[in-house]
Amino acid sequence: MKVKQNDEEYNKYVDAVTPKHNCFKNCLNAFWIGGLICLLGQAINNFMTSYFEFNKDDAGSYTSLILVLISVLLTSFNLYKKIAKYGGAGALVPITGFANSVASPTIEYQKEGEVFGKGVKVFTIAGPVILFGIITSFVLGFVYWFIKIIGII
Amino acid sequence: MKNQSVGKQSIVFDNPPVIISQASIVGEMEGQGPLGSFFDQIETDPAFGQDSWELGESEMVRRAVSTAITKSGLDQSKIKYIFGGDLLGQLIGTTFGLKDFNIPLFGLYGACSTSGEALSLAAMTVAGGYAENVIAVTSSHYGGAEKQFRFPLEYGNQRPLSATWTVTGSGAFVVSQTSQETPMLQYPRITSITTGKIVDYGVRDSMNMGACMAPAAADTIYQCLEDLDMKATQFDKIITGDLGKVGSEIVVKLLNDNGHDISKQHMDCGVNIYSNERQDTHSGGSGCGCAAVTLAGYILHNLKQHTWKRILFVPTGALLSTVSYNEGQTIPGIAHALVIEQN
Repeated sequence: MKVKQNDEEYNKYVDAVTPKHNCFKNCLNAFWIGGLICLLGQAINNFMTSYFEFNKDDAGSYTSLILVLISVLLTSFNLYKKIAKYGGAGALVPITGFANSVASPTIEYQKEGEVFGKGVKVFTIAGPVILFGIITSFVLGFVYWFIKIIGII
Repeated sequence: MKNQSVGKQSIVFDNPPVIISQASIVGEMEGQGPLGSFFDQIETDPAFGQDSWELGESEMVRRAVSTAITKSGLDQSKIKYIFGGDLLGQLIGTTFGLKDFNIPLFGLYGACSTSGEALSLAAMTVAGGYAENVIAVTSSHYGGAEKQFRFPLEYGNQRPLSATWTVTGSGAFVVSQTSQETPMLQYPRITSITTGKIVDYGVRDSMNMGACMAPAAADTIYQCLEDLDMKATQFDKIITGDLGKVGSEIVVKLLNDNGHDISKQHMDCGVNIYSNERQDTHSGGSGCGCAAVTLAGYILHNLKQHTWKRILFVPTGALLSTVSYNEGQTIPGIAHALVIEQN
């Protein structure tokens, strides 16, 4: 072609003509979907403490388990995807999103076998979350230990 | 034989090869789209009766090729070569779909431009006198492509509005030799081809393939018009492969900057194959199958019905892999043009 834009100009132009999601609307949806999942968690938690008379820690663990179970079931029926499409980070940040990210590759890669399919691919999406989660908690643990030693707390 | 090479990147055939038959096999979603009624077969099982997306894609390729051969009325032994390709790593969609045909194969990779590449090479092969009948076939599968390039299907995320939806479909074409004595004017003819070069405008967003490929489409269309000394108005349609809504806007603008107004003739297979509002496909359809099934179903139908007489078919491909993307490379594009005419 005769007339060529340079890469920078072209990228600017592309950015201008590419439609974007409405950020405010997405935030709002994320807020209420995320809130709803947390509300569900709180309801399960209250039910556990009042009905089964679990202590606070046990009730918390059971709440997480039940939320994970619900998310895995919804993932299997391909329904969690729809919630996440609408709710965005509101559906991805809670533990249900984490469960979805572990369950979905397991379903997708089961054709490639137990070890090289499910085994290798199970944490393809959740892996970075686990890795950086552990690193962050190590760093925070070290900071906690250090400020304890020097006697701030 | 006289030299048929024209201009920088084009060939004008003395005896234009003809497409004597074609087949389009698609998935359910493509069948529910606006072009649904033009396809040969709509399969409601996303795995095409097989165990995995990949084998399903192979089955789709197998059905496309065997349907095209049946419709041509030729015996399978009369097909000398197959030119085929798909999006899966090492072309497993094509390989496993074609292994039982016992026809010599050229496996091709041109990303979503493969249908243009396959048809160009098929046309050159028969026009050069190396074969009487050959087949060009390409395919793509939504499940297989998502699994390879993006996320597992059940994973929840938000697709950007510029993202495209990989078409589940396979298109096959039987391309045959003609001569002065038997020009076979009843069939659509490939009168010329323009082979595209790699064009890179430095876009890195793999969720905006239209923007990555539009410069390549513009470059090939421009070169085709220059080489053939033609104007956009001499075509009834200028049909790009899978630029989608975003890329379509860009290609028209880029060509406008270069003195060719294609806004009236331009059409994009990716935009036309789905009803975006109803099917929520964002920027449109994409994949090797997108342009192939649209050509096999909708475009050749319109040529045969004499709605259009001369079209420019320009499938577009984005040349990336997950590795090149993760390593921060840009996404170059490529596009191949074919002039298809019907008397």
